[in-house]
Amino acid sequence: MVSPGKRKIIKKHPLVIRWAHWVNFPVLGVMIYSGIMIYWANDIYRIGWGDKTVLKFFPDSFYSALNLDGRLSDGMALHFFFMWLFFVNGFIYVLYTIISGEWRLLLPNRKSFKEAWQVLLHDLHIRKYEPPHIKYNAAQRIAYSAIIVMGFGSLITGLSIYKPTQFGWLCAILGGYEWARVEHFALTIGYVVFFLIHIIQVIITGWNNFQAMVTGFEIKKAKPIPMEEPAPVEEKPATTQA
Amino acid sequence: MKKKELEEEEKSGKYIRRRMIISFAVFFVFIGTLIIGWHWLNTRDTDNGALGPLRKVLDVNEKVNNVFFSSNHLVKEYPKDKAVKHVRANGDIGMGDYFDASRWKLTVTRHPESTSPDSVLYLKIEEIEALPRTEITFDFKCIEGWSQITNWAGVRFSDFLIHYHLGTHSGKAPDPNHPEDMYKYVGLMTPDSAYYVGVDMKSIMHPQTILAYEMNDSILPMEHGYPLRLIIPIKYGVKHIKRIAYMYFSDTRPKDYWFERGYDYDAAL
Repeated sequence: MVSPGKRKIIKKHPLVIRWAHWVNFPVLGVMIYSGIMIYWANDIYRIGWGDKTVLKFFPDSFYSALNLDGRLSDGMALHFFFMWLFFVNGFIYVLYTIISGEWRLLLPNRKSFKEAWQVLLHDLHIRKYEPPHIKYNAAQRIAYSAIIVMGFGSLITGLSIYKPTQFGWLCAILGGYEWARVEHFALTIGYVVFFLIHIIQVIITGWNNFQAMVTGFEIKKAKPIPMEEPAPVEEKPATTQA
Repeated sequence: MKKKELEEEEKSGKYIRRRMIISFAVFFVFIGTLIIGWHWLNTRDTDNGALGPLRKVLDVNEKVNNVFFSSNHLVKEYPKDKAVKHVRANGDIGMGDYFDASRWKLTVTRHPESTSPDSVLYLKIEEIEALPRTEITFDFKCIEGWSQITNWAGVRFSDFLIHYHLGTHSGKAPDPNHPEDMYKYVGLMTPDSAYYVGVDMKSIMHPQTILAYEMNDSILPMEHGYPLRLIIPIKYGVKHIKRIAYMYFSDTRPKDYWFERGYDYDAAL
């Protein structure tokens, strides 16, 4: 029972995680921005087969519209400045997540891979209820853990194209210099896809969820009085999302 | 530490409101700081083509590299038959419209600011070709992002310096046991002085760094820097200066074409 005049808050995101999240946003933005300037100088990747190109990375109009062409040196200078911030911020996040025990709420567990389908079906409005969860649902656990692994991937693929002689062994593990560059690029496309889905999900989930990434807490909704039969136990409606 | 549940607390509406105002105030100050910081960065004076703070970090990166990295690391070599036949010629700055091969010589200045005539050495290509020949097939990497397996031959730069007693303050042959005697940098320039690079002595003394006069077992083609070019596999292509005419030594950074245009000085791989 909640005392009169009071409301229940759920402490969702610790301070360190909120800072790491919001610092990462512009830093990753600058890394992608400067990364495109670097990629422009040898923009050979495309989706297609033989002479047929479905999608070229990137059309010339894309570079010129965003003023990203002919700026290789600008891109390199920015990239090799902000790489430090990207690394330090990511390192702090991972270290904190391990020490605080937050990892228990983040990493996928045994049920996650099965439940992630149910979450997907729920999000696509095919299934009415989503599996119960604490902080993140199964799909979120997988997505948010994957993005950390991707960050680590960007770090090692980046290092092996930045210093392929010094990190010759790493470059070899990643399939050689040219493959490391492909992987570094593909991860970046991955961030952009993640970002778009993330933004859509955050908008759909609403204000209470979004503001928790700023304030740290969610305000617990008053439980609606059940009008009909309560749902089966294993299909409780979710309390917190995204 | 166990953490399997989210903590719940009962708070007054006033408390919640206050916490929200503070959090969002900090959030907007943060966003404002980002905007001002980005504007500040982009309005700094440039230092050799790079924004001041970025140039500082590029120089710090070079220092970090020098602390953690070793010039003993060798670049991966390939069997000779892996080398491409059509070698990409990317830059022609400093190559001139017309090149009179008969007048070419390598001019080496032993010491900076020395006026004595025997301080300058003039070498013909035959003299350089007479030194021990070294060959390398490696993945040539351009700063633009492409790479190509190519084959080159010439004299190892360290053999060249040892033979002519160059690169030292004392005028003795360079000795890795006495690094303090060596100049810190080598400067190289094309005949018209239009293209020029500076390279740190450690990289010059690297066993895979050569003064090349052959490509794919033939005399260096014109567009690849006939008669003599630098092949320095531990650096990006921009440092592999073609058609070298001038060589000098210095304890400060010699001028470098692409450094002046915003790239980092080191260009190390």
